[in-house]
Amino acid sequence: MEQFIQQLVNGISLGSIYALIALGYTMVYGIVKLINFAHGDVFMVGAFIGFYSITFFHLGLFPALLISMTACAIFGVLIERIAYKPLRNATRIAALITAIGVSLFIEYGTIYIRGAQPEAYPSGIAPLKSIEIFGVKISGQSLLILAVSFFLMIVLQFIVHKTKIGKAMRAVSHDMDAAKLMGINVNNTISATFAIGSALAGAAGVIFGMYYTKIEPLMGIIPGLKAFVAAVLGGIGIIPGAMAGGLLLGVIEALVSAAGFSLWRDGVAFVVLILILIFRPAGLFGKNVREKV
Amino acid sequence: MRKKKAAGILASLLLAAGVMAGCSSSTSGGGDKASDKGGDILIGANLELSGGVASYGQSIKEGIDLAFEEINKEGIDGKKLKLVPFDNKSEAPEAINGATKLISQDKVTAIIGAATSGNTKAQIEIAGSNKIPLLTPTGTAEDVTFKDGKLNDYVFRTCFIDPFQGTVAANFAINELKAKKAAIFIDSASDYSKGLAASFKELFTKEGGQIVKEEAYVAKDTDFHAQLTNIKGAAPDFVFVPGYYEEVGLIVKQARELGIKAPMMGADGWDSPKLIELAGKDALNNTFITNHYSSGDSDPKVQEFVKAFKAKYKDKSPDAFNALGYDSAYFIADAIKRAGSTDTEKIQKALAETDGLELVTGKMKLDDKHNPIKSAVILEYKDGEQVFKTKVNP
Repeated sequence: MEQFIQQLVNGISLGSIYALIALGYTMVYGIVKLINFAHGDVFMVGAFIGFYSITFFHLGLFPALLISMTACAIFGVLIERIAYKPLRNATRIAALITAIGVSLFIEYGTIYIRGAQPEAYPSGIAPLKSIEIFGVKISGQSLLILAVSFFLMIVLQFIVHKTKIGKAMRAVSHDMDAAKLMGINVNNTISATFAIGSALAGAAGVIFGMYYTKIEPLMGIIPGLKAFVAAVLGGIGIIPGAMAGGLLLGVIEALVSAAGFSLWRDGVAFVVLILILIFRPAGLFGKNVREKV
Repeated sequence: MRKKKAAGILASLLLAAGVMAGCSSSTSGGGDKASDKGGDILIGANLELSGGVASYGQSIKEGIDLAFEEINKEGIDGKKLKLVPFDNKSEAPEAINGATKLISQDKVTAIIGAATSGNTKAQIEIAGSNKIPLLTPTGTAEDVTFKDGKLNDYVFRTCFIDPFQGTVAANFAINELKAKKAAIFIDSASDYSKGLAASFKELFTKEGGQIVKEEAYVAKDTDFHAQLTNIKGAAPDFVFVPGYYEEVGLIVKQARELGIKAPMMGADGWDSPKLIELAGKDALNNTFITNHYSSGDSDPKVQEFVKAFKAKYKDKSPDAFNALGYDSAYFIADAIKRAGSTDTEKIQKALAETDGLELVTGKMKLDDKHNPIKSAVILEYKDGEQVFKTKVNP
């Protein structure tokens, strides 16, 4: 029993990382209807920026987090302006393929610049004690990650539903041309979307580095794909859905490993993706309505 | 091909008879090569000097350079050893090119390299058909020298093979740590890891120990909490993790976070400064590895080498690759001395008959599969430093 609860805790810790990445994924999709496969790589770049701010400039965790988020926001906007904007009126598949290209470009560009060797986040930047309840160990860092994920989810929900820029985002998402006619600056709105989404990826990168220690140029691929699964699981485009999808996926993976099938863990994650696409394509939180005409 | 071989043998016979050689330069077969460069014996080094595992190749070359310097003070029968380096860029096709170039253009007497088993295997065919001894300092895979029941006559190695480390670890766990219930956590994508685990398991259970849990991961994973929780549930008093440092660092860290206090042990795959950064000093306490050599070994032979190495390379402390490169040079020099000529067939025979050669990485004897039988060292991590624990003889 104790072991089972420990596995649940493991799953939630892992899931909150997925959720953190999935938030940015789902937000960009929700507004621009583009699956930004480069999201996992912005996450990687964020991890490295955080790493260098901590080791070279001797900054603490929170300044590093802020620098990483700002740099990633700018990076995200650049990616959008250079790679995606020219394709805004092209077919969806063209944009998707470009996203994969951007992803590979960032991965191997990073390897070209600094090599493929991994880097270790310095320990002790966030000296959090782990707590033990009835023999179950919960690390302070995983609690922090969970809290940060929830906090960002609420902030995001607030931005999208309560602010002016959020209103513009929703309008663009509904109908880009009509939004333009209503005097909304579509370009700026989309840039803002990418900036926020990429800043979230940057934050996730730093937190990932702090929790798992090891960062390397290809670290974004698997968490990126898992976050994509999480976003689809919760209903892509729906912010609370990404949170729930991430946590659920983490718990599923932990339980698969707990049952002794650790080598099947990644496979199961993608089986979940296939099942959800077959039986409930809109995701757990999605509604099967609103086909735009 | 047959014609070339015949010419090669003829050439070597001519030399053995003391006839002035020089006529062998048109052949690429096994024969005397020394005549080309005014009495120097050319030894090729087909190493990973750049690319993915460049640090292996560079370290080995440093070791060889030092050894050649020492050997050449006296020379071998009045001749000097000369190294012809080739950079195989850590790629198997380049390793093949390198072997071809070293044998047919440079006409080397023997080749040292490559560092990895894969790049060594790529050269076996060429070395064998040209009868040039090929000596890998660090290729530990079993099938480098012996494959499908057949011995690769011209292939040798200076290091011990993978399964041996598993056996040493099992012995150490039972006799020194008094372990009875072991858990094994392997990298299921690596033959190295699986090979070590299998030999560990065999000996550990034979000696009355019990394997209470076997878990697996895949290289590049970052989250091991779930498997480690299962291991913790089985309450082992010893955990064997024969993986590479990139994952092992995280495994050790996460295991300690989950409250696994049992000693953990691995093999030479752990040996990297990165391991200490990844796992953290505290988490690494009470972990052990088996390795080829330790600079902390008090053996006078080792200390002499460490001193000479530090003098040549600006106070750098030699690692296992340096030591094995150094030993490879002495291994081949010893064989050339005993063969009494640069006839590659005689050198091959001398290499195979090596017995009791004192090297930095232990006293060496070859078994009939061309695998060295020699000692391993066990190191313990204490506050982020490798501390020499003990030396285990086979």
